[in-house]
Amino acid sequence: MTRLLDKTDASAPATAPRTPASRTARRTALLHWIAVHSLGVAAALFFVLPFVFVVLTSLMSDQQALTRDLTPNTWEWDNYARVFRTDGFLVWWRNTLLYAGAGTVLTVVSSIPVAYALAKFRFRGRKLSLMLVISMMMLPPQVVIIPMYLFWAKQMDLSGTLWPLIIPMAFGDAFSIFLLRQFLLTIPNEYLDAAKVDGCGELRTLIKVVLPMAKPGIAAIALFQFFAAWNDYFGPQIYASENPAAWTLSYGLESFKGAHHTDWNLTMAATVLVMAPVIAVFFFAQKAFVEGVTLTGVKG
Amino acid sequence: MTTHTLRSKRRRSALRTTAFMSPWLIGFSVFFVYPMVSTVYFSFTHYDGFGAPVFNGLTNWTYVFTDYPMFWPSLRNTLWLVLVMVTCRVVFGLGVGMLITKIKTGAGVFRTLFYLPYLAPPVAATLAFVFLLNPGTGPVNALLAEAGLPAPGWFNDASWSKPALTMLAVWGIGDLMVIFMASLLDVPTEQYEAAELDGASAWQKFRFVTLPNISPIVLFAVVTGVIQAMQYYTQPLIAGKVAAGVIGGSGQSFEPGYPDKSTLTLPQLVYNLGFQRFDYGAACVVALVLFALAMAFTALLMRGRNNLISAGD
Repeated sequence: MTRLLDKTDASAPATAPRTPASRTARRTALLHWIAVHSLGVAAALFFVLPFVFVVLTSLMSDQQALTRDLTPNTWEWDNYARVFRTDGFLVWWRNTLLYAGAGTVLTVVSSIPVAYALAKFRFRGRKLSLMLVISMMMLPPQVVIIPMYLFWAKQMDLSGTLWPLIIPMAFGDAFSIFLLRQFLLTIPNEYLDAAKVDGCGELRTLIKVVLPMAKPGIAAIALFQFFAAWNDYFGPQIYASENPAAWTLSYGLESFKGAHHTDWNLTMAATVLVMAPVIAVFFFAQKAFVEGVTLTGVKG
Repeated sequence: MTTHTLRSKRRRSALRTTAFMSPWLIGFSVFFVYPMVSTVYFSFTHYDGFGAPVFNGLTNWTYVFTDYPMFWPSLRNTLWLVLVMVTCRVVFGLGVGMLITKIKTGAGVFRTLFYLPYLAPPVAATLAFVFLLNPGTGPVNALLAEAGLPAPGWFNDASWSKPALTMLAVWGIGDLMVIFMASLLDVPTEQYEAAELDGASAWQKFRFVTLPNISPIVLFAVVTGVIQAMQYYTQPLIAGKVAAGVIGGSGQSFEPGYPDKSTLTLPQLVYNLGFQRFDYGAACVVALVLFALAMAFTALLMRGRNNLISAGD
């Protein structure tokens, strides 16, 4: 997955010389290998089988989806087309891409200078600012939702749209700032000093020197932000629920279940269609993603 | 250098800091300070969104703590989630992390398979689990019946709904697995070799070498797990709604907690009070309780991992 994690592959099973003593050692090593890998397969089944059952059910006929059968008798690929033909499904896709795409760009652009200042500037109140960033990162969105909803709905008249979720992202996101700041700390100050000796101001230093080196960190926050918007349920529930034309996939999916109450096959097909893009993005960008996860917990 | 140029230099650097910090300074004021002050104010008023808020003293506070039937069940549920779900996630995450460091053949494939469920969007994953654990037609109970085992009601049974949510949470263990794996690989191998020379058993090696080395990460996982448990919103709400068979995402009148308040958590109360009962004052009381709990554990986290703040100084 990443260079960091590939350490495990380096240690191949040791091949010992053929002596009676080493034969028992080899047998123990083999038994150990079998035990570890059986456990691995058991765990893999636990993680993978839910996906398998979901996909199998998504391909069943309407009648069969109501039975306890595990595999489809006839493979109804048309179920996926039926989901796409459902009212609103394509609109939810468009809205989700807008929310996730615009939100990600705004978050990245607004979080970079803040993270840079917190990582590299020395100023009074820096520690306090950082503590406030971490506190906001841990703040449940429900804590401030009543005044925020009243603000967006009554003063700005933006309820029924996704703008109350997108606009705040132009003002930095605590998690992105924190993650990027942790990453920027790993860039040695010598590079910044050298740029300043060459006559660069802070902004030029940031753009010309720091950003190219910070690409993995920026990729990580962009991915996290994209996934957070894609997965968000509470935000669209509060601001968009009254207007189906503004629903996102995560919000619409649940209403899809409600509208197709007994059609588990269609619901599971829709579920697959909501999961698939996230997993596809992961396969293209897994290095950045896993590095980001590690950065939140380990490096400090 | 004269004091004059020094002062102007300092002023310039303060200006520069402010400029770089400005997105956050604005965001913090508009999206945190202002609504926090309003939340505290609303909590002492009767306010339903029509007309102006009317001061009513501690009425909302006594209502939430004594008369609102959902408050104490949701706190009890949160305590259950902290004790059982967080423990399961940390133990299982550490176990899978250790397993993956021992797997030699196909390690990359195993890692990816173990990690994938973490990526499943919460609404989709919850829908999938409500289907899988459906007492009537779900594959899990079909398999249990095949094996002659008792088949629980899962999301439709008040005593099984939280265990079912725990299974869902344990399924998405990928984040913890990666964090534990990285920290396990950082344990110095010499310490294991020394323990082996002393004839330590596998358990002793885990207890006296592995655990002390990774204890900061375990603490991090526990505290963030507690914070996540207090924020737990989408999964229990969707699970309750879908298992109850509420029609439509606009099932706005559905009171969360099905079955029998067993899936209630504090954030759902803010939604219930504010957006279903239009009692903004009482909703703000719950919001402040949630805020106090979240900040208490965040303080614990910052104390435990002081290097989050001090690094770079």
